[in-house]
Amino acid sequence: MGMRKVAVIGAGMTKFVRRAQETPKELSWEAAHMALESCEMTMDDIEAVCLGTAPDAFDGVHLNGEYLSDGAGAWRKPYMRSYVGGGTGVFVPIQGWYHIASGLFDVVMVVAEEKMSSYYPHAQAAFLTIFDHTTERPLKPNLLWIFALEMNRYMTTYGISKADIAQVAVQHKRNAADHPCALLGDANITLDDILNSEVLAWPVQRFDVSPVSDGAVAVILAAEHIAKRITDKPVWIEGVGWHLDTAYWTNRDLAYPRYVEYAARMAYDMAGIKEPRKEINIAEPYDPFDYKALHHLEGLQLAERGKAPELYSDGTASRTGNMPVCPSGGLLGVGNPIAAAGLMKIAELFWQLRGEAGARQVPGQPRRGLAQAWGDLMQVGTVVIMGR
Amino acid sequence: MVLLNRDPNSPIIWNGELPITNRYTYGLAGEKFFRTLKDEGRILGTHCPHCERTYVPAAIFCERCLAKLNDWVDVGTTGEVNTFTFLHVNLNGSSLEKPEIIAFVRFGDGGLIHRLGDTNPDQVEIGMMVQAVFKPPSKRIGSILDIDYFKPV
Amino acid sequence: MTAKIKEFPGISLNEQDFVDGKILYNFDKLNGLYAWDTGVGIGSYLASLKNGVILGSHCNTCRKVVVPPRTICEWCFRPMDEFVPLKDTGIVNTFSLCYVTWDVKRIIDPEIPAVIDIDGASPMHGIMHMLGEVDPKEVKIGMRVQAVWKPAKKRQGSINDILYFKPIKEE
Repeated sequence: MGMRKVAVIGAGMTKFVRRAQETPKELSWEAAHMALESCEMTMDDIEAVCLGTAPDAFDGVHLNGEYLSDGAGAWRKPYMRSYVGGGTGVFVPIQGWYHIASGLFDVVMVVAEEKMSSYYPHAQAAFLTIFDHTTERPLKPNLLWIFALEMNRYMTTYGISKADIAQVAVQHKRNAADHPCALLGDANITLDDILNSEVLAWPVQRFDVSPVSDGAVAVILAAEHIAKRITDKPVWIEGVGWHLDTAYWTNRDLAYPRYVEYAARMAYDMAGIKEPRKEINIAEPYDPFDYKALHHLEGLQLAERGKAPELYSDGTASRTGNMPVCPSGGLLGVGNPIAAAGLMKIAELFWQLRGEAGARQVPGQPRRGLAQAWGDLMQVGTVVIMGR
Repeated sequence: MVLLNRDPNSPIIWNGELPITNRYTYGLAGEKFFRTLKDEGRILGTHCPHCERTYVPAAIFCERCLAKLNDWVDVGTTGEVNTFTFLHVNLNGSSLEKPEIIAFVRFGDGGLIHRLGDTNPDQVEIGMMVQAVFKPPSKRIGSILDIDYFKPV
Repeated sequence: MTAKIKEFPGISLNEQDFVDGKILYNFDKLNGLYAWDTGVGIGSYLASLKNGVILGSHCNTCRKVVVPPRTICEWCFRPMDEFVPLKDTGIVNTFSLCYVTWDVKRIIDPEIPAVIDIDGASPMHGIMHMLGEVDPKEVKIGMRVQAVWKPAKKRQGSINDILYFKPIKEE
């Protein structure tokens, strides 16, 4: 199709914390600076900047992306912001990818940042803004409602129990204990801890949800000829996909995320993958809630509909299994700064596929990984496949 | 192409509001900049030796080369008026009895936007030197308003 | 990389740091006041609610009836052919028992938001609303429910003209 090969050559991230002292610009700079150092490049080498950051309402600053741009090194450079809610973290590298694949640029800095804690007293109230102002806000909805409604439908349609779903939270939080930036890593958490936690909006309980967090992640993308000069272990972007469903979320099947399926098919086609379950070595689906990891695994065609919990109960999804899921600890363990969380997964795959993930390393020299994110009013699916 | 028509009895407008309250931390650089403003009545900038620029208000990184900045400089409390304007209306559109004078005062390679006070409006001009007038130490809270206004030297 | 890095940036604060004055901060309150045009579809939907009827719209080409009504069919991208009054009964597609309000306060008796597939609309097409007059323990997906309306004089042309949906007692 005339598209050039693009690789990820560097990555950096801040710790994901409940409340950061740094301003959004400083968070973004910390990640960008670290990404530059990781591949020994300077701002002179960077030709364009792509930034993703989520609702302006959190920061109370409109054109939040432009406001943050100097922290991402966008001073006097071509700059673009993308925003698709939680899907941003995996969409902004796609945006960086087409900057290079098209031949327009050779090296691009991709940054995703979120500071949710500025919203006072609690960031959750800011989410009121995603509901329709006329037909839904008068009911005083709560963000938890839409996830609880979707979770209930999923559980009831396939006969999945809370315990089946809670094992996801246990595994991810245990994995996150090995991630130096994690907010909620816990090597000793048990199924009972999850099932006995406070009920927020049944069936959602406190430990089923990932918390409000602040953080930033940055990666550097380069065209093939440059990537090969900078590092002998470039990680190639082999497939990308993105897809949007209707905002009328009460007019679709909540038990199956078809927008994730279409995004995944687009990425699989591009990467030439015919049997995803055999060809993907590591999966990082988006897991702001534990049931979402299962929901998305099914949309990604990595499990039959209603059967994703078996990947966890039979050990396939563990770090030493056939297809590890969220070895990073995912959003449940590391944290959920809305836009940055997806890019954290991309950074994780980058480190995993190079054998640099330290205590979280998946054994056996994995060659191909998939990162997926989701956002807006349960609408968007974004997928990136990376490989060595 | 014919579109459906709105029911003539429809309410035309739906009213709503979005209350947004934010609590901003000043950040790594801001913490030191505002504490110095509050406790010592001094204005600080940071200097990038590579790009040879002094950022005011102080920043922890250089926006041009993304280097970490560790050189803190006192840029004094007197600066040059780079530009100014007279405000005749409030935020909500009502008239101000006496126009407010807002100016950008140059410090280092940056500067501060603030009010001019104790000033004859006819004498305000670009290039004039102005001096920061601070609130008494007990009234400062660590805000840009710890400087009450700037007045001509 | 994570194997080699000793220290990741990011300084974590807690509430006490603010209370103790260790951290300087600034409050800002913005208030956005909006007057949205209701548009053709939703405007008609609200007018219909005032009359005690839930309105949908129909696309002849796709043979779908959707609710809330739209003027354009999002599948074939042609104008919808007509508005269609629907019944005010339906089936619970999904529900939740929520013990936390939108501004994070705990409540003892849960609110019960639900997605209700409205009779007369295409399958899996419905609206979000609340359930009432029901014991939280008895709510089930698949339950048949009926809208409970405000008295006609009190209706204003709003989604709240329906107070909530309650279970239909099976004969």
